[in-house]
Amino acid sequence: MEWLRLVPYWVYVALMMIGLYGAIARGNLVKKVIGLGLFQTGIFIFYISLAVVDGGTAPIAREGWEGPYTSPLPHVLILTAIVVSVSTMAVALALVIEVQRAYGTVEADELAALDAEGTEA
Amino acid sequence: MSHPDVPALVVVVPLLTGLLTALALRGRWAWAAATLSSWLVLALVLDLALAVQHAPGGVVSYALGGWAPPVGIEYRVDRLNAFVLVVVAVMGAVVTPGARLGVEAAVPADRLHLFWGVWQLCQVGLLGITITGDAFNVYVLLEIGSLTTYTLVAMGKHRDRRALTAAFQYLVMGTVGASFLLVGIGYLLQVTGTLNMADMAARLLEPETARASGRTIRAAFSLIAAGVCLKMALFPAHTWLPGAYAHAPAPVSALLASTATKVGVYVAIRFLYGIFGRELSFERLPTGPLLLVCAAVAILAGSLLACRQRDLKRLLAWSSVAQIGYMALGVGLASKAGLAGALLHLLQHALVKGALFLAVGALVWRLGAARTDDLGGLGRRMPWTAGVLTLGMLGLVGVPGTAGFVSKWYLVTAALEQGLWPVAVVVLVGSLLAAAYALKVIEPLWAAPEDLPPPAGAAAWGGRESPFSSLVLPGLVLSALSLGLGLGLGGPAQGLALAAAEDLVPARGGP
Amino acid sequence: MNAERRPLEEQVVVRKTAKLLIPFVVVFGVYMVTHGEIGPGGGFQGGVVIAAAYFLHALVHGLAEVQRVIPRRVTDALAALGVLLYAGVGVAALLRGGRFLEYAALGAPGDVVASRALGMTLVELGVGVTVAATMITIFNEVVDDGEH
Repeated sequence: MEWLRLVPYWVYVALMMIGLYGAIARGNLVKKVIGLGLFQTGIFIFYISLAVVDGGTAPIAREGWEGPYTSPLPHVLILTAIVVSVSTMAVALALVIEVQRAYGTVEADELAALDAEGTEA
Repeated sequence: MSHPDVPALVVVVPLLTGLLTALALRGRWAWAAATLSSWLVLALVLDLALAVQHAPGGVVSYALGGWAPPVGIEYRVDRLNAFVLVVVAVMGAVVTPGARLGVEAAVPADRLHLFWGVWQLCQVGLLGITITGDAFNVYVLLEIGSLTTYTLVAMGKHRDRRALTAAFQYLVMGTVGASFLLVGIGYLLQVTGTLNMADMAARLLEPETARASGRTIRAAFSLIAAGVCLKMALFPAHTWLPGAYAHAPAPVSALLASTATKVGVYVAIRFLYGIFGRELSFERLPTGPLLLVCAAVAILAGSLLACRQRDLKRLLAWSSVAQIGYMALGVGLASKAGLAGALLHLLQHALVKGALFLAVGALVWRLGAARTDDLGGLGRRMPWTAGVLTLGMLGLVGVPGTAGFVSKWYLVTAALEQGLWPVAVVVLVGSLLAAAYALKVIEPLWAAPEDLPPPAGAAAWGGRESPFSSLVLPGLVLSALSLGLGLGLGGPAQGLALAAAEDLVPARGGP
Repeated sequence: MNAERRPLEEQVVVRKTAKLLIPFVVVFGVYMVTHGEIGPGGGFQGGVVIAAAYFLHALVHGLAEVQRVIPRRVTDALAALGVLLYAGVGVAALLRGGRFLEYAALGAPGDVVASRALGMTLVELGVGVTVAATMITIFNEVVDDGEH
């Protein structure tokens, strides 16, 4: 069952690659944002997998249990990273809304065409 | 003696004033608060830099929350980040006062307090990245600095909607870069079990760590290197930079060009030399040649593309891509002289680019745009602004007498020391290309005929100089600092850069 | 067919369920914020739960109604105030002779456990207020299609 312990890591790499592909290859800005979200979620899974300790329980002190506990540090880090990720999403979506207002489209190729017109003029 | 709480205050002061600005102040008061806060930060940072010089071992450490490192988060100031902190604080303290008119022209009056609040939070991020001794803290503060930067760049939307697409592209690339850094830090955490950077470095040196997890360490190294390259906009990860700098309001470009990428370079130096160590980064992994190639392409391609631009902001942005190449060159040489050259170039480029973007901001404020076609005869009508532009451009070229000459001298010497004459040739060719785009700006300023029609969009201009104290003076101060450095008056800065380089690359035969 | 087309606020079941749920959601959110110092929970999670109550209200009664009850400028101010509370705790520790954010310096000297509890509770409260207000701001910003 050794391979089972590695599953989270495979999931993390797969999610990250799917997300990266979405963020770079997709033409729609909203889909790019979704890609970024997947990318970061993959990283969260990686950190959470790091925290696992064999036989460990949730790191909450209770009577009659001396441990082991899973490591709380990666959880705390990822809590922070989730907040960072949510803020990034918020800024990204706000930008997408502004782009829609200013250009009337959120497709990267159409935006590039509109920008190129601006440069010629 | 310096007060022990100064390291915390460097970050706390702009955080508090930034929040209060957004919450309680309006309009010009918000700008005044941002200016005062940046001056206070400068005073604190200078105090800290002096303390570092006299501290035992050249390190000032501060345990946040009273939790001793390596368990707690440590603010750790050594000569390297003292140097970068001074650069960031000086640029903040000079650019903020000079930014008021440009920002008021670009941002609606009812949003000014939010702008200045975010402006200060951006400095919180940049100062925090530089001062912290905790790897995860670097990531979080990098994101604080970046998120605020995206918003600041997007503020150019009122004048030019392309600021929005540029900010979005910057956001995607920046987030991907920061996420790579995050994964890399996770790998390092797994290998070393610590987040404190000094502790991490010590544990990576243990032979059993290197034996047991060599592959993980190499993976961490690649991920962090990729992330840092995106953040410092080193070729081929520079694509976000020209758009972001060209379409942001000019004062924002001045702040970012002189601090944000510089902090990226600092993070690169910290991870390559401070954590992984020179031996792993440069002797066991082929980082040096890779960095040198990327840097050479950045210098040559960046300068060439800068020559082709007609918009001054875009020209300066491409020249930034090239100048970051020089810093990467110094980092990649992996010698004391090379690193000192990189640090000096960091300082001189911050001063020069800050001054140039401020001068361009003054032009935009007066003329509505800043294109090379519109510069004819401006030397007579706006002599101070034109003077700042000229000095700055000469600094980018590295003419003897400017600070650019000093740093490029270090770089060329370091390259020749190691027999890498192609690197020296790249520096020289890059400087020649810089001379080409500098002439494109300087020549029309001073040599154009007297009676040139005023540029379009300058109806209300009347051929007057920009307001002196608020637009011209900050640029002049930066130019004077850069000249002082070039004329050999920059002893303390040079000494600090050399000492920092010596700390990171111990002389042969050392420990 | 017709029933599906009716707006959410006219649907009795949705409206009554929301009305029943919202108080409990808010109380649970506050519980999570204040309980974070000794157990699972904390400002981030609690703040999001509190914001969820706002979203639920907005979904059922419309954005205009909920923005009338809690105007935008209130949430804007709260977002900054929460962080200020956090930083304020840090500065208070500084002023009382400790390091920045050294909770032990906050309360009566010697009583480290109580001081730390006080510090953490205040900090979690600040985080909770900021997170709730920020989530609401994001929601408003994304949902509100009108001019800003």
